Amino acid sequence: MKFENYMTLEFPSRSCNEAFARSAVACFAAQLDPTVEELGDIRTAVSEAVTNCIVHGYPEKLGTITVRCRILKGQILDIVVKDRGVGISDIEQARRPMFTTGGAERSGMGFTIMESFMTELEISSTPGKGTTVHMRRKLQRRK
Amino acid sequence: MQFTSFLQDGNLTVALTGEIDHHSAKGYIQSIAAKIEAYTPSVCILDFKEVSFVDSSGIAVVINALRCMTQIEGHLVLSGLSEQPMKVFRASGVDKLVQIKEAVS
Ligand SMILES: Nc1ncnc2c1ncn2[C@@H]1O[C@H](COP(=O)(O)OP(=O)(O)O)[C@@H](O)[C@H]1O
Ligand SMILES: [Mg+2]
Repeated sequence: MKFENYMTLEFPSRSCNEAFARSAVACFAAQLDPTVEELGDIRTAVSEAVTNCIVHGYPEKLGTITVRCRILKGQILDIVVKDRGVGISDIEQARRPMFTTGGAERSGMGFTIMESFMTELEISSTPGKGTTVHMRRKLQRRK
Repeated sequence: MQFTSFLQDGNLTVALTGEIDHHSAKGYIQSIAAKIEAYTPSVCILDFKEVSFVDSSGIAVVINALRCMTQIEGHLVLSGLSEQPMKVFRASGVDKLVQIKEAVS
């Protein structure tokens, strides 16, 4: 693909927006003609990242979540999910499978799933300032 | 959150529906625990046939059901999984903790 396309979403950290965010990104990704499996992977990874902002980033109060998507040359979907919440003090620990600060209702597998479903995953965070999750997924060229 | 459940020969089947994410998981965790406590089945089958999406919050639903069943020395079985939920459960090792049958490959 020669051209670049992009979109940005901004919404409050209400849990009903988890479904909205993953569906919106899947709709945007549709122009890359992804397979059913690729779309499923993208929806899952976005759901994980957005849920983390809602559950962990803003545990006490509502805050704003930003999701930015871009299409880069070579069938690459680039996704940035950002909150201005509490942040993560130890990112390496947070990425470990089964690590959670969330108790029995969380599995601690969110980052593990993002990592295995996306081509690239980068997390940056500043305690007290917020967290940015940057993911990329290279899609098969079809036809 | 919407689900139906029925008891047959001491086996409890809970049929989940729709998308299981953090928004809907809490309700499922509580309702499944309540059903297991009420019926103390020897086998609990979580039926995913009508589930179109699962993320890691769905893993917590399964793990909590497993915990409830282990407490009463019963078994947990997952059935009717389509590809997306199956991939999430495989990536997280859930497929090694519980029996999965009739996965819709
Ligand atoms: N946006 C975020 N803001 C603050 N902390 C986060 C954020 N995302 C993840 N974390 C931290 O990383 C841990 C692991 O996240 P994850 O792998 O998704 O598992 P889970 O959400 O089940 O806890 C969380 O328990 C939390 O402590
Ligand atoms: Mg998570």
